Amino acid sequence: MTISSLIDTPSELTDSVSTKTAIVLMTRIRLARNLAGHAFPGWAKPAQRVESFALCRAAVAATPQMKRSVDVAIADITELERQILVERHLISRELSGAKAGAGVIISKDQAFSVMMNEEDHLRIQVLRAGFNLKRAWSSINDLDSALEDNLDFAFSPTLGYLTACPTNLGTGMRASAMMHLPALVISNQMEKIVRAVNQLGMVVRGLFGEGSDASGSIFQISNQTTLGESEAEIIKRLGSVLQSIVEHELNARGKLLEADASKLFDKVGRAFGILQNSHLLSSSEAMNLLSLIRLGVDLGSFPEARRAMIDRLFIEAQPGHLQHAQKGEFDPGQRDVIRATRLRSEFADFVRPDFDLKNKTKS
Amino acid sequence: MANPLKCDLCPKPATVHLTQIVNSKVHKVDLCEACAQAKGVTDPSGFSLSDLLLKASLNPESSVGGLRCERCGFTQSDFKKHGRFGCPICYETFRGVVEPMLETMHNGTAHTGKIPHRAIERKSFYDRVARLELDLAEAIKSERYEDAARTRDEINQVKQAFNQHVAL
Repeated sequence: MTISSLIDTPSELTDSVSTKTAIVLMTRIRLARNLAGHAFPGWAKPAQRVESFALCRAAVAATPQMKRSVDVAIADITELERQILVERHLISRELSGAKAGAGVIISKDQAFSVMMNEEDHLRIQVLRAGFNLKRAWSSINDLDSALEDNLDFAFSPTLGYLTACPTNLGTGMRASAMMHLPALVISNQMEKIVRAVNQLGMVVRGLFGEGSDASGSIFQISNQTTLGESEAEIIKRLGSVLQSIVEHELNARGKLLEADASKLFDKVGRAFGILQNSHLLSSSEAMNLLSLIRLGVDLGSFPEARRAMIDRLFIEAQPGHLQHAQKGEFDPGQRDVIRATRLRSEFADFVRPDFDLKNKTKS
Repeated sequence: MANPLKCDLCPKPATVHLTQIVNSKVHKVDLCEACAQAKGVTDPSGFSLSDLLLKASLNPESSVGGLRCERCGFTQSDFKKHGRFGCPICYETFRGVVEPMLETMHNGTAHTGKIPHRAIERKSFYDRVARLELDLAEAIKSERYEDAARTRDEINQVKQAFNQHVAL
């Protein structure tokens, strides 16, 4: 399989229609693992990096989860292909800029990806649509155990899995959820939420992780600490934080509707109008408009089945995907034209919003 | 300390001072204008103070001498520079540096999660065979042939037992 085939193949992230994805778009868990007796990738000499990469690559490719996978060295793919993988959350920005002796293996359904020689020898990741921490843990645990059969992981009975950065010691696990929180953003409550979540030992980031902005009102919430608690305890604690954020978002939506429904409908309706008619759209404006349409779906103004299309557009309106679809490289100005054209055509036959919500049963 | 506070991330004087309580522990960061901007402190939605705090706490104040990892050559000043270690053995070499950091960094100081049992068994098997092979070589060298024969049998037994166990 090749990188471009990933875009046209149904994937966990872009083809889920379940109502469970309404507020929590996806759940993700990653495990950091290293090989005993090998220098960490950031410190290893080039020849050592090549050696640990080869060891990991053979072991990962041999797991049943990675049958018919995409298996590439970063050095062998183009800048644009790397960007596409970042936009699909399959590799990190850090890996996309990696030196020789680094790569990624991605499962056919794009649910699993294993980065090799990023900060650690292995960064094992699983993505699941919706709020699905337990299922995500059980599938990543299986993959990790399968790898353990063939690889000697660096492990200490007291410090747990040994990682290049001490902030990942212990379980080496970062569990996160990508959440769509438009009502909390509109009602200016995000700052308060971020503060409260931080105090509970969890971190809030933008859509593409560390240092990225939160356009489209999409946030990633994850555990901060990895040592001192078991995986199950961390997941349980994160799960209850996520649950309470979901409740806050639902409350905020209720309040917005109660206080001034026309104001909210106006935002959704205008977003619809712009998406159908604009000729220039920046990535961040497109994200914010799509976010409002998605909120419209949740409120019942658009049919439920349209949510999957919005979620796909969140990814496909990103610069890498747009340029790939147009088979060329374009400067940001040209991309804004291409993006607007694409969205106009996607929304040309989109059902008109129905704001008469009283007739509908609240979900 | 009569000096004005320095930025935690660079040598410039600090003008932005933040205090936050995470897991009922008080954390303080002092930053200069430029670092505060760069780290997005001014943007409440995209900013995680705890992230920054962790990175700041990676600079251990106490210098435990110029330690150097025998396995990979990584030194304590490398750690100050990168905030990452060189190899798994570094955690033994720099134990005195790591341990004090863990308390502020994590929710505990001892691992209670998953254990790679099979990998550990495999390692103890390798170690045991390696020790026995040394014994064997030693016995042959000093012409203790009875000991050598016994050790060789033991090696075979250990290997057989391990292979059976793995096959299960």
